[in-house]
Amino acid sequence: MQAKSPLARLLVYLVLIAGSVAFLFPLLWMISTSLKPTAETMQMPPRWIPSVVMWGNYKQAVFHQSKELGYVPFLRYGLNTLYLAVLGVAGTVLSNALVAYGFARLRWPGRDYLFAATLATMMIPFPILMVSLFAIFRELHWIGTFKPLWVPAFCGSAFNIFLLRQFFLTIPTELSDAARIDGASELRIFWNLILPLSKPALAVVALFHFLYVWNDFLGPLIYLTDQKMFTLSLGLQFYQSQHGGTEWNLMMAAATIVVAPVILLFFFTQRTFIQGIQLTGLKG
Amino acid sequence: MGEAGLEALTANRPQATGRPRCAARRRDLRNGLLFISPWIVGFGGLLLYPISASLYYSFCEYSVLQPAVWVGPANYGELMRDEVFWKALYNTLFYAAFALPLGLLVSLALALLLNTGVRGMTVFRTVFFLPALVPMVALAVIWLWVLNGDKGVLNYFLSSLHLQGPPWLTDPSWAKPALIMMSLWGVGQAVVIYLASLQDVPVQLYEAADLDGASWWHKMWHVTFPMISPVILFNLIMGIIGSLQFFAVPYVISPTGAPARSIYFLTMYLYDSAFSYLRMGYACAMAWILFVIILILTLLALKVSAKRVYYGGA
Repeated sequence: MQAKSPLARLLVYLVLIAGSVAFLFPLLWMISTSLKPTAETMQMPPRWIPSVVMWGNYKQAVFHQSKELGYVPFLRYGLNTLYLAVLGVAGTVLSNALVAYGFARLRWPGRDYLFAATLATMMIPFPILMVSLFAIFRELHWIGTFKPLWVPAFCGSAFNIFLLRQFFLTIPTELSDAARIDGASELRIFWNLILPLSKPALAVVALFHFLYVWNDFLGPLIYLTDQKMFTLSLGLQFYQSQHGGTEWNLMMAAATIVVAPVILLFFFTQRTFIQGIQLTGLKG
Repeated sequence: MGEAGLEALTANRPQATGRPRCAARRRDLRNGLLFISPWIVGFGGLLLYPISASLYYSFCEYSVLQPAVWVGPANYGELMRDEVFWKALYNTLFYAAFALPLGLLVSLALALLLNTGVRGMTVFRTVFFLPALVPMVALAVIWLWVLNGDKGVLNYFLSSLHLQGPPWLTDPSWAKPALIMMSLWGVGQAVVIYLASLQDVPVQLYEAADLDGASWWHKMWHVTFPMISPVILFNLIMGIIGSLQFFAVPYVISPTGAPARSIYFLTMYLYDSAFSYLRMGYACAMAWILFVIILILTLLALKVSAKRVYYGGA
């Protein structure tokens, strides 16, 4: 609905600008603090722009040479997170596409019952599974390894199956039928026909899983035991629990290292993002 | 062709076409199962089995180091008498009861403002969305700094308005409101969803309402809300499921839920029971209670909304 009177339009802009300032401020404050010398972080009234730009704070957070703060290697955490994200994204895209194809493009007895059961599991909260999964992974001797954090991605997840199935259903069946008449196997149709046509949906699934891995805290907290194997999220929490409340500039540098890649990723993939949120929120 | 010949033909038919059909069915089933085979492992091994095991453990004394020992409903009985559990449950419901409606209000209001044909809509949308991208742990750390009692920038702003800011996250009566405020910072995703559904509302409906002389409020109540009601319901249900499992942010702020357990939430107690006290059975019982609460609230939301949600168009 359009706002018609000039006064109403002015008000709308005022509220939106005030809201934008409030939403952006914590992020800007994080960056500003991360570049300050330690003494300036404690100044009152606050100094908005650091007098000297301390890029060294980032170097300290990434390599961590401060004796006083102990060894918290954010570079290592970043690589761990990236490793989990790459494996997880590969597994998620591959497994969910296969399964969704089985549900959307093939007809077989029992399919619809199994699909209904799949949808029903979307309601199950993680705490229900937490203890049992821990017990299973413990039996497999996977606790303290990365495996509990990426192997499950290769087994599919109800939500992504649902999302991709919806997308696959929109591709005309005539295309598959024509390929079948030409003697193509189902795997070939899946790989050479359906996957290339589904790139936008696959991109959404990949992107959201990447974010999930980047954000995941409870999983690493439960399964990882060795400090050297921590992810960025877990590492940041560990850092905060050990040294929180002292050197806020280093803390904010570490936080920026965790936040910045996600924001950059957003700017490079904005369309996929917005599409994805609309896809998952509306049609999902 | 004589009678007998025709009979022979028709008698033969079921057999002749029957065999390939049966084979085709088997081939279909094989193909189907091959494609969904990852999910058979995932569904069985990572969902069905863990769910049933968890239900069983909830009736057991189970430390994970030793095999589970059946104790009947003792865990559930103990939970009912456990003050910490009630405190955590109260905190969780308190948080959800404020964070959900406020989040709905703020995100809907922002989406409505963005949908008034303002210039730079996409820029504003990006700005509101950015905080939703911030990983939970980083969000907690950032706000710990912003809400710091002495050196926090929010209290500096308040003091320049001659207001004395509370110590927020270290004050038992301000810690939960602070968390609710923090949750509002992350409503960007809902803003994007609402905005998209607002843009899907057909313009003709508003034009028709204009012809009938409808006021802004009438159009809102009789056109906008009904048209986007399925999305509101969807967001509400996702919000219920999410906010009752609130964990990372309060855990980073204080793993023990300090001050005075004022930010000790159900999932935190669950995590502690399982992995700090190794009382896995107790944790499972708590998880099932959490699930039942989620289920009841979701069904309630569905029931209350049944007559108000409009599934007309899409």
